Order: sequence, then C-alpha cells, then structure tokens
Amino acid sequence: MLDKFVYIIFGLSILSAIGVVAFRNLFYSALSLVAALFLAAVLYICLQAEFIAIVQILVYIGAVMTLIIFAIMLTARINDKTIRASNQQRVVSLIALVVFGVFLVGQICKAQWPQVTGVNAMVPIGRLGELLVGHFVLPFEAISAILTVALIGAIVIARNK
Amino acid sequence: MTTEKFMTIPVSHFVVFSAILFLIGIYGILTRRNLITVLMAVELILNAVNINFIAFAHLSPFSAEVSQIFVLFIIALAAAEAVVGLAIVVALVRNRKTILTDEVNLMKW
Amino acid sequence: MDQLFVSLTGKVQEILASILPDFLDFLAPIALPLLGILLFAPFVMMYLTWLERKLVARIQNRIGPNRVGPFGLLQPIADGIKMLTKEDVIPEGADRFMHFLAPAVIVAPAMLTWAVLPFGRNMIAADIAVGVLYFIAISGLAEIAIFIAGWGSNNKFSLLGAMRSIAQMLSYEIPMVLSVAVVVMMVGSLSTSAIVEAQSGWGGFNWFIFRPWGLVGFVIFFLAGAAETNRTPFDLAEAESEIVAGFHTEYSGMKFALFFMAEFISVFSICALASTLFLGGWQGPFLPSWAWFFLKTYTLIGVLMWFRGTFPRLRVDQLLGFAWKGLLPMAFVNILSMGLWEFVPRPWNYVVSTSLLVIAFFLIVYGNSSDLAKKRTYVLAD
Repeated sequence: MLDKFVYIIFGLSILSAIGVVAFRNLFYSALSLVAALFLAAVLYICLQAEFIAIVQILVYIGAVMTLIIFAIMLTARINDKTIRASNQQRVVSLIALVVFGVFLVGQICKAQWPQVTGVNAMVPIGRLGELLVGHFVLPFEAISAILTVALIGAIVIARNK
Repeated sequence: MTTEKFMTIPVSHFVVFSAILFLIGIYGILTRRNLITVLMAVELILNAVNINFIAFAHLSPFSAEVSQIFVLFIIALAAAEAVVGLAIVVALVRNRKTILTDEVNLMKW
Repeated sequence: MDQLFVSLTGKVQEILASILPDFLDFLAPIALPLLGILLFAPFVMMYLTWLERKLVARIQNRIGPNRVGPFGLLQPIADGIKMLTKEDVIPEGADRFMHFLAPAVIVAPAMLTWAVLPFGRNMIAADIAVGVLYFIAISGLAEIAIFIAGWGSNNKFSLLGAMRSIAQMLSYEIPMVLSVAVVVMMVGSLSTSAIVEAQSGWGGFNWFIFRPWGLVGFVIFFLAGAAETNRTPFDLAEAESEIVAGFHTEYSGMKFALFFMAEFISVFSICALASTLFLGGWQGPFLPSWAWFFLKTYTLIGVLMWFRGTFPRLRVDQLLGFAWKGLLPMAFVNILSMGLWEFVPRPWNYVVSTSLLVIAFFLIVYGNSSDLAKKRTYVLAD
C-alpha cells in the first residue's frame, strides 16, 4: 500500500517538475515548484524523516517560494505571448539530456546497491540537535555566517542607490 | 507505516527518480530564457539531491543521522542562494530593464 | 466523562476495523478524529462569527443580531444560506484556475493545523514528535494562497493588498517562532502533548504564563498570532473602513465564505496553541479536560474580539515597525532571560529574569520613541 502511494508521488513529482520548466506563464511554473516541493516533503515523511519534511515546508515553501513569487510580481512580464519562453538551445539540450539520461538510468539499474534490511531510519530530534552542536559544530557555525553574509549582501545588491 | 512495509522499494528506484528530477532541472537551466525560471530550476536540482540523501538514510543508523544533517545544510544553503540570486535579478532589472538570459550578454565576443 | 470522546473513538474504530476492506485498514484509527475536525471546524467558525458580532456589538453599545432565532443563534445559518445563493462573480481578465484555486488552498492549511492541538487528555488527532513546528510550517502555507488570490484577481488593489498582507505575515512569523522556542527550550520537546504534560502539578502554578519569560512570551505570541491571522488592530489588508478588501476583493459568495472561514479557523487554532503552550492546555480541577481546553481557548478568542472592538487600526509602516523593532528584540531578550531563569539558583532567578525583561522593555520603548505618538497639545482659539 505504501509502495503504490510512493510510486504515485514519484509520478506527480515528475509532472510538477516538467511543469516548472515547461509553462510559459511564470506564475504557473512557480506554483508547480510549490507542488514539487510539497510532494518532496510528503516523500520525506514516507521515508521517516519527519523533521526534514517540516523544515522543507517551513523554509522552502514558506520562505524561498514566497521570495521567488515576490520577485516574479515585482520584475517580470508574465504572460506576454510574443516572448519566447525557451531559447534556441531547446532541441539540442533535450536530445543531449535524453541520451545522457538513458545512459545514467541504465548504469544506475546495473549497479549493485547495498541491500537495506529493515534498519530504523528514524532519527530522534534530540539526536539531531546533539550532532549539530557536537560533531557538526563547524558546518553549523559556517552556515550561520553564510546566512548572515547572504542577508547583508542581498540588501546591499538590491538597494536603491 | 512500519519499516518492514517500506523496504520493498529498492533504493535504486529512488536514485533513478532523483536523477530524472535532476535532469529536468538541468533542462530548465539550459533552455529557459527567464532568469527567475532558471533560479527555480536550480531549486529543483537541490531538491532532487535532498531526496537522494534521505533515500540513502536507510543504509545504516549512522548514515541516517549524517544524511539528515546534510539535508538541513543543503536547505539552508539553497535559501541563502535564492536570496542572493533574486537580489541580483532585482538589480539587473533596475539597470538593464530585462530579465531574459539572451539579452544579458555584454561580455560576449 | 473526561475520556468520553476517547472511548467513543475506540468503539467506532473497532466497528470500522471490522467492516473496512483490507487495503483501507489504515483509515480506522484516524477516521473519527478526521471526521471530527472536518465537521467541527465549520461549526466552530459559524458560531465564532455569531460570538464576534454579539461581543463587538455590546462593546459598541448596541445589541447585535437578535432577530433570526433566540439571541440571534440562527444568524450564522442565515448567513450561510445567503453566501451559498449569491452569484459567483469572476472578473473578466482574471485567471480562472487561480481564482478558483485560492480559497481551497487557504482553507486547507487552516484546518490542517488542528491536527496537533490537544483537545483534551489523550485527545490529540496526530501526536507527532514535531507538533509545534508542524503548526508553524503549515500556517506558513497560507501565504502562497494569499499570493494566488491576489494575483488571480487581475486587480492592482488586490495585488497591493496581497503583498501587504504577506509582508505582515512574514514579519510576524519570526517573533511568533521565537516565543514558541522559549517554551520548547523549557520543555525539551516539540510535541504539544509533552508541552501540556510539562505544565502539570502544583495546582496550576506550573503553567508557563506564571513565569516571567512565559508572561512576556505569551504576550509576544498572542500579538504575533493576532497579526498572523489579520485580526484587528493588524487588519489593514482587509479592514472594513478601507476602500477595498485587500486580496479577497474580487471574491463573492461561497469563495468569500471560504476566506472568512479560513480566518476564523486560524483564530481558533492560534488561541488554542497559545492556551496549550502557556496556559496549561487541558489542565484544570473539576471539569473534564476538553471543557477546560475550550474554556481557555474561548477566553483568548474573547480577548481578541475585545481588541477588535477597542483598538484603532495600525498603519502599515507602524505594523511592520512594531514587528521588527519592537517584538523581535523583545523575543530575543526573552530567550536570554529564560536561559538565566533556568540556571541561576532559586529564588534569585525570578529577580534576574524579571529585571532583564523590564530593562529591555524600557530600552526598546526608548529606542522607538521617535516613532511613537506624541502627546498632543491643543491651542484653543480665544
């Protein structure tokens, strides 16, 4: 039962991802991205990573998508049919990516993946917290510095002189 | 929804799925003219990589913890990168009045 | 009496488990809570509209609806019939799909947040380990819906109202999350039922509102929650005395009723979360646990309606200034004061944390003094 559900989520995610890159209307592709991110969060819940699912909804959909939609509203001409949505490299890149995709999927299916045998992948949140300030404290501090720098940098770049 | 019920999906299916999302994202970066759509395709790529990480979490208890921490960092970095990217888009619109990747070609020979 | 609904759920679950086919047997444990939330939420919303009209009317020295039934109790049903029979107007240049999608996308997160509220002892629909964070994440999904509504209406004023509303919701999410973080730090768990359990004992004096950081945290959470749900005095985007109604200008009939429903359901869930985090949830002496929960939640809702009848509306720059320059520094100082409260030995911890909060409050008021209203001096003509 859960397997069929996960395969349905796979199909819907691929459809939304195609929607992101295919719609001419910019707002529709932003909404497709919201759908793709939400379906990824559902997938994380199926994979027993509930905290990551909720962080994905909170950060990606709540903050990043809001920012992208704000930027769309402020800067773009959304539904102008005279502007081509894709450039001249469309056919070439499609062929190249399909060939590469077939090769990649073939190699993935041929490879020997380690057999997962009922390991409980549920990580308690307390353990994540311990790791963040214990074993992984250096990346944690680095990412705080990166977020601060990104914030200040974005304000400086986008400021009205 | 217990672990036993879940284990019947082999991990290679997850890797194939995330590879397909990744390739769709690359198609978006290569072909779309609107800069904001390119940024959205980049978010799609990062999302595909996250799915890959979490799918591998079932290999061992150690890899479950490490993959979730890694995904947290990737999400934070993706947010920071979206912020800076959109600030650049706003500055570009103000200066060049266009957001099409074809027209931002001052440095091309 | 206390476990009435729990035993009812158990019996229904047994019946369902015996009659459902095999591939649907995951539905049995969650069917009754799910149906309960789906049926109860609109009912709550209907009588919240009645309560609001009566309370605000009494504050304004008039009676409120009293014709449609005894004390106007059937007024919400009349309103519902009116909304259902109104013509559904869609503006000409509007994007039909987005105009149609927005009310659905805004009601769904509002109802989803009810899944982690502890309605009574053992009466929580989904006891997940990350309950509070789930609540905050799902209530952030409403922002996308407001964008869809504002953009899909093909109306510049709708778009402007939508952007103001989203800026307000984003700004007030941060003090809300920080004030919740204080409680989570104290309890050590994100699950709502664990937070309620941690406030038990001592005849009610263990509730977090009786601690200095808890009181300040409650005030910050309550004000930020009122702003999140666009209630007065923070309802510039959709106020009744403004020319247009913000992002839901172009909606009529049932779609407008859905926006209205989403607002009231969010009001209920924010007040319910405030009573869970700070007022001890379902704990109380004589009445059953669910009765205490509803009593506390409806008291907080009554306070919000009191705000609506009493306070003037904030201008949009005052609104955003209040969040970023007032509530946010106070929330940071609150976290510091909670840390000090935890580690300084008794009884000095109360003194230290209270004095830190009071000093920070006066510093913030002094720092914002250029924005605050000055006392008016009247020069009378002679």
